[in-house]
Amino acid sequence: MIKFEIDGKKIQAKSGSTIIEAADAAGVDVSHIPRFCYHSKLSIAASCRMCLVEVENGRKPLPACATTVTAGMKIYTKSHQAMQAQKEVMSFLLINHPLDCPICDQGGECELQDLSMGYGRTSTSFIEGKRSIKDKDIGPLIATEMTRCIHCTRCVRFCSEIAGLRELGILGRGEHSEISTYVEHSMQSELAGNIIDLCPVGALTSKPFRFKARAWELRARAGIAGHDCLGSNINIHIKRESDSQPERIMRVVSRTNEKLNETWLSDRDRFSYTGLYHADRLARPMIKQIGKWQETDWETALTVATQKLQNVIAQNGAQAVGGLISPNSTVEECYLFQAWLRSLGVPHIDHRIRQSDFDHQIQSPLVWSTCKCVQSLEETTSFLLIGSFIREEQPLITSRIRKATQGGARVHVINPVDFDFHLTLTNRCIVSPWGMVCSLAAIAQVLFGNDKKKLNIMPKPIAELIRQQKPNTVEHDIARDLQQDKAPLILLGALAQAHPYFSYLRVLSETIAIEIGAKTLHLTDSANEAGAWLATALPHRRIDGVSIKEPGYNAKAMLAKTLKSYCLFGLEPTYDSAYPELARTALQQAECVIVCSAFKNKAMLEYADVLLPIATHLENEGSFVNIEGTRQSFQRSVNKPFAEARCGWKVLRVLANFMGRPGFDYQTVLELSSELSRNLENDLQSEHIPPVDFKPLPTVSDNTVWRCGYWPIYRNDSLVRRAEPLQVLTVEQDLAKLRLGAALATHLKVNNGDRVSVSSDHPDAKPVTLQVLIDQRIADATVCLPSGLPDIAINGPLSVVRITT
Amino acid sequence: MSSEEQIIQLTPEICQAIDQWVLKYPPEQKRSAVLAGLRIIQRAYGWLSDERMRALAEYLDLPPMDVYEVASFYSMYERKPIGRYKLAVCMNISCHLCGSDNIIKHLESRLGICMGETTSDGLFTLRRAECLAACTDAPILQVDDRDYYKRVTPEIIDQVLEQLHQAGRKKGRDDAT
Repeated sequence: MIKFEIDGKKIQAKSGSTIIEAADAAGVDVSHIPRFCYHSKLSIAASCRMCLVEVENGRKPLPACATTVTAGMKIYTKSHQAMQAQKEVMSFLLINHPLDCPICDQGGECELQDLSMGYGRTSTSFIEGKRSIKDKDIGPLIATEMTRCIHCTRCVRFCSEIAGLRELGILGRGEHSEISTYVEHSMQSELAGNIIDLCPVGALTSKPFRFKARAWELRARAGIAGHDCLGSNINIHIKRESDSQPERIMRVVSRTNEKLNETWLSDRDRFSYTGLYHADRLARPMIKQIGKWQETDWETALTVATQKLQNVIAQNGAQAVGGLISPNSTVEECYLFQAWLRSLGVPHIDHRIRQSDFDHQIQSPLVWSTCKCVQSLEETTSFLLIGSFIREEQPLITSRIRKATQGGARVHVINPVDFDFHLTLTNRCIVSPWGMVCSLAAIAQVLFGNDKKKLNIMPKPIAELIRQQKPNTVEHDIARDLQQDKAPLILLGALAQAHPYFSYLRVLSETIAIEIGAKTLHLTDSANEAGAWLATALPHRRIDGVSIKEPGYNAKAMLAKTLKSYCLFGLEPTYDSAYPELARTALQQAECVIVCSAFKNKAMLEYADVLLPIATHLENEGSFVNIEGTRQSFQRSVNKPFAEARCGWKVLRVLANFMGRPGFDYQTVLELSSELSRNLENDLQSEHIPPVDFKPLPTVSDNTVWRCGYWPIYRNDSLVRRAEPLQVLTVEQDLAKLRLGAALATHLKVNNGDRVSVSSDHPDAKPVTLQVLIDQRIADATVCLPSGLPDIAINGPLSVVRITT
Repeated sequence: MSSEEQIIQLTPEICQAIDQWVLKYPPEQKRSAVLAGLRIIQRAYGWLSDERMRALAEYLDLPPMDVYEVASFYSMYERKPIGRYKLAVCMNISCHLCGSDNIIKHLESRLGICMGETTSDGLFTLRRAECLAACTDAPILQVDDRDYYKRVTPEIIDQVLEQLHQAGRKKGRDDAT
């Protein structure tokens, strides 16, 4: 620690810290140094000179952001010299800046406006013409007004340092310099929206929010982002009710949480709110009567739902009912959903709509292996990433890993497509979905293939698979690197979770982890997968966590068996399920489908009987459990959710009341939460877990073609699918094509641009016609066709497909 | 997921020339070779298209923005097509005192273009240059960023233009065959 003085106050700081860091750490009571280009999370540019301060015995004022403190230093931030320097800098900054704050979208929350109040002059000696710069089109999310730019380069540094993609640069020089993408294009980074927050002036503003409201008309409510497993902290900005408009959520910005999202937010979390008031939003409860939909009141809708469901149960038993809930629902919703259905005797309850292999479920612990601290990812030095388009699945976790690689960490990847993560990868195994399992087995063989004891205690098919492998050099390299590292981390992504041999991947990765002293971590592409497990929205565990001897159907079996009735919560199975075709058939054949959803879609209007409108996560109350295992609670941001919609937990409670179930008397979400907390304390350690029967190895021939059907970043859940600016980006990506490598194209005798028909290997699968696009990033024997796209419903995100020309 | 962009490949000769420069810098400082790379490409094609700048970035394993920034910073990199010959007249103090004004006027009237423009036959582009560090021989005319013509007079200009005209026409024929 170094002792020094700021404005006569004695303070201490870590050696090596800069004056501005030390001053910020000491707090505003000590001093506040004005700044534009400095940002604690970015490299130092020292280009704006706004933070000039006087240092005793210094010849001239020094930039506080680029000067390190030394022992005994005496710094004056408000002295005549310092103030004079800051005022001069301000007058230079204002030379070319337009004085149009009243028509600028940043007005009222502008750092330049604020500081010019304190440091600006009332008149200027600059009489020459101001420069003006043509605005750039950098996509549907960010509006530009480049004449206002003061060249602090925060946006440029953010893109190259945090987003890992140098999309913005400073072009030209001197008075002609400007910030630009050079070749005009939409910004590709999934973190681009952060430059809106970073821009200290009105040069970069939010396009969807532009001219919709002024900062002082909004009130902020704390919320939790609900599109990935990080649970970024957000502030929801709400404009209060007026004569012309009801209360509206106007935008979402990040809320600092150093442990999780730092000061950042992914574009998905930032702009998903634009889908809130989409035409598909369910405003009032709806019932279908003699094939016709009509809006009704809650009383009627709940009565109809109760009658229909009770009829099915009376005639076919509770066995004929299945409940599917979105893993983006809150813990409270998951808990009530399963409690309500279990009270009716319904055994089939699940939230794992994207999973296709459930063999290992009984051995999966109720409490997910969590990353105790997302921050620690930055210190990890070796990663093995299995089945994940991590940049799209977890944008901010990727930025942590990026930071680790900048410090020299090694990242090894096993994926069916050579996805671009905007970070340096050490080793890549780009193999078909089945090849992923083999690669992992090969790594296992390098690590302990000779140890017969270890292989003998493993499940037979997996031990057999490990024995069969002939590891290649890449697999050798990965194995060796993991072995040599002190604390490697194995990450299983959404593609691993949707894998038809997920149980294999899981056992293999866990065995490898034990062997090398690594940790495994599941990166789920939903907000509350861990919470849904804890609340036992599962067919094989009771609410106290004890496993059920004869478990109900899992999400896949429920759709495959075509039950008489389904209860859906927060889901659009034709987009969200790993089995969209099965889902459509099953739901259409069912006698009664009750849907609690914020949005309707065409298919839903065909299969559903009762639609109950619920709140989205931005309007809801409850909690999400994130990847750290932390339960983050949030309160309702708006007085009432959209139109007649209600918070999901209330709808479920009232449904239970209507069906005469006792014990559903919660008045507030807090009562529910505390009951839930008591239940979660059960100790599951003592339970005896029976061994699992693993399915046998598949027969893979030379003609087998696998599909990689990842969920694109903006097709992941109902809300983002309706966020129009994000959909513009999805359309630009041109995803509805069948991408495959040149080798497979030759094998199938297809060319770029040909139209082929694709279907899953399910007996009554309907083929989809698609254009071929040859793409070298796709593994052998694999085609890439994303899931969740409109009009393309193919079962199995990672399964065998049939292609006919 | 965007599909791969079509990237123009640099010719082996250009790559070889760039490699010579890459060798001069430490391996992690490949970025330093951008200046030389741009110069080599400009000499080969006369100007720097976006595609060629991207190709250079690809070749040096840099983000394209690193190349764009450098190319737009220096005024001697041409980012738009120019005439076959770039005629630059020094406008700094020594040349100015020795009558570079008249030289420019003469060039403008001979070529029928104004400063900064290109002749309609695509042969000449007229530019002004800052000090070319040859004050003892002012005024200076610089052709294609490297050939200097010292103590130029309207007569010398006429000779130079005639030579270039012929060379240009001959080169045009060579290109055509």
